[in-house]
Amino acid sequence: MTTTPAIEVGAELPPLRLEPISRTTLALFAGASGDHNPIHIDLDVAKSAGLHDVFAHGMLSMAYLGRLLTGWVPQRAIRSYRVRFAAITPVHGAPTCTGHVVSVEDGLATIELAVTLADGTTTLTGDAVVEID
Amino acid sequence: MAIDVDKAKALRLAPVTVTVERGRLRFFAKAIGESDAVYSDVTAAQRAGHPDLPVPPTFFFSLELERPDPFGYLDKLGIDLRRVLHGEQSFTYHSLAYAGDTLIVRPRIVDAFSKKGGAMEFLIKQTDITRDGELVAEATSTIIVRNPEVKA
Repeated sequence: MTTTPAIEVGAELPPLRLEPISRTTLALFAGASGDHNPIHIDLDVAKSAGLHDVFAHGMLSMAYLGRLLTGWVPQRAIRSYRVRFAAITPVHGAPTCTGHVVSVEDGLATIELAVTLADGTTTLTGDAVVEID
Repeated sequence: MAIDVDKAKALRLAPVTVTVERGRLRFFAKAIGESDAVYSDVTAAQRAGHPDLPVPPTFFFSLELERPDPFGYLDKLGIDLRRVLHGEQSFTYHSLAYAGDTLIVRPRIVDAFSKKGGAMEFLIKQTDITRDGELVAEATSTIIVRNPEVKA
């Protein structure tokens, strides 16, 4: 039994706090997502590009934010979902996903979304439009 | 290493036909720590009114990577994959897709431009995902190429 959340302007989605992203998570996500770019999983390649270490796939953070959305409304209600990747998420970064409703109009709610790290860096901003009853 | 804009826009990316696999969706759910059983347990999905495991919102991006050389188009444009960043990603959804569905993924490069005197270059890629000729989802990716040796 699921309950329909109150969807009104200002409503906050329950934040989704993730554990620090491990190298194992990056390896699993590379395989599961099909993004095998070695820059995310191979320290040698990251160093050859002048980086100190590997960093997380942007789409991993977008998938976490997707969990925030589908944990709040059934997926079939999501009409659109977009993000801008504002900063790299280093390995061991601990993302928190947040969202709040900024408009409700004609049966559609717009949710502003963000992912931030423990040090305050915003790594991703975006929005989603969801259908409401 | 400037991208040839005309060449980028003229590049034809082959469509991909993908049959969505349950096991792959379970693996994806595990990798992103998804705890909602709807995304990994067929019985839970069916109880929630789905015919099978649903394709989660961002997995549509992964469908396009189901080709032998998913970054080959960057090679063709002379782009070093290590310099590539994902700038933006958007999805528009028309219906849900499920494990067992056969989807056709058609990407195309719709724009290419540079900023900061060539220190950053951008590719815009649009992708249609269809099932039996019906649009299921549309995706747009902004790909950024960093050229740190170019001084703005």
